[in-house]
Amino acid sequence: MTSEVSVERARPEAIKAVPVRHPGRWVAVGVLGVLVAMFIHFLVTNEHFEWSFVLSDQVMFSQPVLEGLRGTILLTVLSMLIGVGLGIVLAVMRLSPNPLLSTAAFGYTWFFRAMPRLVLAVLFGNFGILWSRLSLGLPFDHEIGALFGLHNFEARIYSVRAVDLLSGFVAGMLALALSEAAYMAEIVRAGIQSVDVGQSEAAEALGLTRGQTLRRIVLPQAMRVIVPPTGNETIAMVKDTSLVAYTPVTWELFFQLQAISHRTFDVFPVLVAACLWYLILCSVLMVIQYYVERYFSRGYGARKGRPAPLVEPTGPGGVIHEH
Amino acid sequence: MSTDERRPADPAQVLAHDDLMGRALMVRAENVHKSFGHLRVLRGIDLAVRPGEVSVVIGPSGSGKSTFLRCVNHLEKINAGRIWVDGELIGYRERGGKLHELREKEVAAQRRSIGMVFQRFNLFPHMTVLENVMEAPCRVRREPKSAVRERAAALLERVGLADKLDSYPGHLSGGQQQRVAIARALAMQPKLMLFDEPTSALDPELVGEVLDVMKDLARSGMTMVVVTHEIGFAREVGDSLIFMDGGVVVESGPPREVLAEPKHERTRSFLAKVL
Repeated sequence: MTSEVSVERARPEAIKAVPVRHPGRWVAVGVLGVLVAMFIHFLVTNEHFEWSFVLSDQVMFSQPVLEGLRGTILLTVLSMLIGVGLGIVLAVMRLSPNPLLSTAAFGYTWFFRAMPRLVLAVLFGNFGILWSRLSLGLPFDHEIGALFGLHNFEARIYSVRAVDLLSGFVAGMLALALSEAAYMAEIVRAGIQSVDVGQSEAAEALGLTRGQTLRRIVLPQAMRVIVPPTGNETIAMVKDTSLVAYTPVTWELFFQLQAISHRTFDVFPVLVAACLWYLILCSVLMVIQYYVERYFSRGYGARKGRPAPLVEPTGPGGVIHEH
Repeated sequence: MSTDERRPADPAQVLAHDDLMGRALMVRAENVHKSFGHLRVLRGIDLAVRPGEVSVVIGPSGSGKSTFLRCVNHLEKINAGRIWVDGELIGYRERGGKLHELREKEVAAQRRSIGMVFQRFNLFPHMTVLENVMEAPCRVRREPKSAVRERAAALLERVGLADKLDSYPGHLSGGQQQRVAIARALAMQPKLMLFDEPTSALDPELVGEVLDVMKDLARSGMTMVVVTHEIGFAREVGDSLIFMDGGVVVESGPPREVLAEPKHERTRSFLAKVL
């Protein structure tokens, strides 16, 4: 430390300056305060809101609405899980040196980003028109059989009526999930490309395989870039679940709320209830996102420590001010 | 080992003295060529490094020295020539007079015994210092965690970072990060260490601590190929000095001889600028 050799000087009086005034801020606070007060007054006094009805077990907490809420949450979780999983696979394919894989991933993204989710939701609900049965087995078994002169050749292990599998919930969920995968693929690709190439070089120089490098080194770092837009996507997904009403799926929040308004002819309170539920769901998601982001930003930023103090601080105030 | 034996081997003599597989040499490069598109970066590099030897490669930027180092562990594919490390042909298998590319897993296996230290450290920022050092032995060699932890802690102590085990790389100085990077490479117990300008990204006052670790490593008998601008390091611990320019080895020999009496004009003018 240099303090021992430098001449200790008397510390001058601490600065007590008159701070700069910000009259503009006070005006803004006043205007906003009045606007907020007007809004609350309007919420409380306008009787068309029918708050007691909205918050009662006839609307927000009625049995079908709570069921619908569970359906919406389940749809969001499942379609996001599939969407993120498939999105990672598509992003890795897209970045693969194999032109066939990258073209396939590009084609998938191209198609599903072009399709409105509403159209997909309706489309998936009507797949029963294309196939009566869905089977698992040897592809082209009829054609292969015909080549060898067998007309009733079938090599199918398992088959199910298309309407049973692809109607309602599964169809709506797949429509959302497959569409989501296309968007997630682009987000994950951006994340992977944001990681310095030196990272994979260092990993490969240590003898890690390409798969290990991706899983252990590249993806965890890409997550910092991937998580915020994924939070966006999840919140958008909560709201897009209302589209599956057209598949049709009835096990969903907005459909159940609308059913109440159709029955009671009370339109506005039901819409308010919908707003409240979506607000609550998205608020919870934002809290979760905060913690996920914090986890993946470990090792970054100056919050826990500044970039490399060259001299360790030696206690409160350091040596210089001590006597 | 007498100093005479540690003398750099003249490549021509080596070919005469060692078998064709390049055994008894740790690194043997033969007429290595490498191009990036139309840019010919390496134009016939020969190199021989004996076990325990420290080879220091110097030269102006763009001379191909870093590219050559990256070829030794197959981070770059060479276009012509051969490189052997410990008698093993790097990146290929020769069968029936034909070269076959090695599979990804086989390349990874070759890299396990070659440690590499980068100019920009390339530590994994999402892992602590200890996790950085433990990653490869645990994942690649699947060694038991407790044994690896012990070895990693010992290595970090050896590079003077015993108190930083749980820090993240972003909270360390450049010199500390580079010492972690050296420990990370050593954790795989390599036969050969490659250093790619390990002190070029450091503040001047931090260069010494990294060079000290490298000198210590050289004295312990590690075979090293070091690309650097630190002429003092070459003079102090180098067994051979290789001066590269324009993708060829212009001059090589014992550091003191090359530095004191460079035979080529290009070596002389380069040394005049850096010394």
